[in-house]
Amino acid sequence: MTLSAASVLAPRQRRGLPFRRPHWLTTLAVLVLVIIIITGILAPLLAPFEPTELNSMMRLKPSDTTHWMGTDSYGRDMFSRVLYGARISLLVGFGTAIGCLAVGMPLGLISGWFPWADGVLMRIMDGLMAIPGILLAIAVVALTKAGLVTVIIAIMLPEIPQVVRLVRSRVIAIRSEAYVEAARLLGTSSTRIIWRHLLPSTFGPMIVQGTYIYAAAILTEAALSFLGVGIGTETPTWGNIMAEGRLYFAINPWLVFWPAIVLSLCILSINILGDALRDSLDPKMKSRR
Amino acid sequence: MTTTSSPVLSVRDLRVATIGSRPSEILKGISFDINPGEVVCLVGESGSGKSVTSLVTMDLLPEQELRATGGEVLLNGEDILRATPARTKALRGAEMAMIFQEPMTALNPVLRIGLQMEEVYMAHRDMSARDRRAAVLEAFASVQLPDPPRIYDSYPHQLSGGQRQRVMIAMALALKPRLLIADEPTTALDVTTQKQILTLIRQLQDENGTSVLFITHDMGVVVDIADRVCVMRKGEMMESGPVRELLAAPKTDYTKDLLAAIPSLTPPEPVESEDADIVLSVSGFSKEFRLGSALSRIMGRADHAVRAVDDVSFRLRRGRTLGIVGESGSGKSTVARCVMRLEEPSAGAMLLDGQDISHIQGAELMRARQRLQMVFQDPNRSLNPRIPILESLCEGPLNYGRDRAEIRERAVEIMETVGLDPEGLSRYPHQFSGGQRQRIAIARALLMDPEVIVADEAVSALDVSVQAQVLDLLDRIRRERNLSMLFITHDLRVAAQICDDVMVMQKGKVVEMGPASEVLSNPRHAYTAALIDAAPGRSWDFEAGRPVTEVQPA
Repeated sequence: MTLSAASVLAPRQRRGLPFRRPHWLTTLAVLVLVIIIITGILAPLLAPFEPTELNSMMRLKPSDTTHWMGTDSYGRDMFSRVLYGARISLLVGFGTAIGCLAVGMPLGLISGWFPWADGVLMRIMDGLMAIPGILLAIAVVALTKAGLVTVIIAIMLPEIPQVVRLVRSRVIAIRSEAYVEAARLLGTSSTRIIWRHLLPSTFGPMIVQGTYIYAAAILTEAALSFLGVGIGTETPTWGNIMAEGRLYFAINPWLVFWPAIVLSLCILSINILGDALRDSLDPKMKSRR
Repeated sequence: MTTTSSPVLSVRDLRVATIGSRPSEILKGISFDINPGEVVCLVGESGSGKSVTSLVTMDLLPEQELRATGGEVLLNGEDILRATPARTKALRGAEMAMIFQEPMTALNPVLRIGLQMEEVYMAHRDMSARDRRAAVLEAFASVQLPDPPRIYDSYPHQLSGGQRQRVMIAMALALKPRLLIADEPTTALDVTTQKQILTLIRQLQDENGTSVLFITHDMGVVVDIADRVCVMRKGEMMESGPVRELLAAPKTDYTKDLLAAIPSLTPPEPVESEDADIVLSVSGFSKEFRLGSALSRIMGRADHAVRAVDDVSFRLRRGRTLGIVGESGSGKSTVARCVMRLEEPSAGAMLLDGQDISHIQGAELMRARQRLQMVFQDPNRSLNPRIPILESLCEGPLNYGRDRAEIRERAVEIMETVGLDPEGLSRYPHQFSGGQRQRIAIARALLMDPEVIVADEAVSALDVSVQAQVLDLLDRIRRERNLSMLFITHDLRVAAQICDDVMVMQKGKVVEMGPASEVLSNPRHAYTAALIDAAPGRSWDFEAGRPVTEVQPA
């Protein structure tokens, strides 16, 4: 018998909506993200100038009606550059998040379900986690030619162990549930048990983890670009815009501030969204009985 | 028993409701009194509001969720509902104390028992350290804990469940409260331990004149401990009265049904079918759990092995039910899990229709599994909450390559067999009650057309009225389909009702085996006799509605 306070409460919670009405902050975060994503996608249409168009007459100008965010040391329009920068940042974030889940989830499921694979896989993951993420990323980029795909892979590597460990812990918690044992007794194969009973229960935490990776990847990409080992300066990203602006920080600090503000807003929004998702997907928030 | 003085606890028209946009009443105006030196049992099935009643009395309602909306709870004439939190805090421990179902969760696992016990005195009494220690040791002795100084220095995990509950009782009674509230204090314990704890509570209550509010779902426990009984159902007080009167002549239909649902300890007349062929034959079966890591093996340390099952042999004939009874740790569930091959047996043979299934793998194991199916204890966990019922039912037959449309038809049929509306096939597990879910789990097993059903405590998580229905269902199905059943239970009453043969296990070994009627009415082994003796409510014949005058003639 369970404590009846809990059993008494269950019916009330069951009647509630699966998702509570979102907090205003969540709504705002989603709005900000949508704007950044849409303007990023539509950058070629929205940008008033070509992001790489040089104009030696207009160097280091402050904001005005033609150049909303001013211009940089080559006279390039900052607004256009930040818009285009969003495309790379969002793409890197999205690519890394999807890539991490695509690699990490199968490894986590295998590690959690098959004891023989667990030892080897987890030691490899421990090894990966022992190396500082940004160093590992720099090393990967240094060994290969810097490009969008290599940068994504470089950022993915240190994030994968987190996904594997999370999925594995979830699988280990569920594998001894009676319904999984019942499935074994019904002759269900391991692959089918993983696919049908284990995989779906990892979706919730994975969506949440995905948003955190997304945010972390955008930050790491900016850091790599800032350090000059990311995507080349011919393609504007928030990171390399800031790196270039740093040299003229004393003359026009807005060269750093503008991309930094947009970057911060973007990360903050994604993290707020992630927290909101975690709260609504958390099993403790929802009645399972 | 004195009934002349004013009651210690008086609950008047108490109402409790949930907090939220759509509040619902959990307690719908209940009233009862507890006189000095009296044991009052609140009895009811899950959701009856009996635990909420105790929480209100202790002023321990979860603030975010429940709220008392009306009535009064008078402790020595003082209304708890209107007292300040500081006042109720002072009253708790000094005037009223509570013991809970699970003593492990009520004790701090990282503090020594003695220190936790001393905290009670520190909070309420001004005593020197030496006096406190002396008081603690004395309190431990009074609840008949062996070797109090050793208990004082122990951590909670070093004690047995019964010892932990004794510590909880010692803590509750430390300040000589006038009211002790016991919320299912013996439900998590084995029957023999339960009996000791009940005797202890009764004894301490007699010595100190404490009043006891005892909450339980078990009518047998009521018989053993109560002076008066209050029967609750869905937040309402159905009836109350002195225990013997109420049991002998229940006024409401609900109480009558509740009493009728209690399985009798006397097994029905045995049906002879000794000539039936043997379906499952287990011989010399053992299971060892090795505790010890690869590292300790490399370091040359010896493995620590626990023998959960030791040399068990039995035969299950077609169409019969073999019960495996025993207390926790007896290895009964391990036997079931090994038969199902959820665990690998360490030694011995298991013949299913002559084929040894103890070590088969792959396709062979898959073929054997179809003929063996299991019903689990907790129906909340044996069905995947994300999958509709139909999908759960189809899973097995689909694995064996049956046609989907055909399975669907059979699923509809089976739902009717287990007494459920086939409409429910498209619903999810949480939309069913516990008893219904257990029926679904049985239906799932039946869809595989098994020859043997292994039921591991299949009715233990259910309320007594639901338990009776599910037992009837299992028995009916067994007869109709000529199935064999391995029925694992800790409850002798349940075993008496459903089993043809009974095997009693203790610490991994079989101590006695034979026809149920013989083993339960004329036990040969001392342990079996002790188990039967400890069965709660043995002194009352629920069927006849009168006390049992003499022990069954041998």
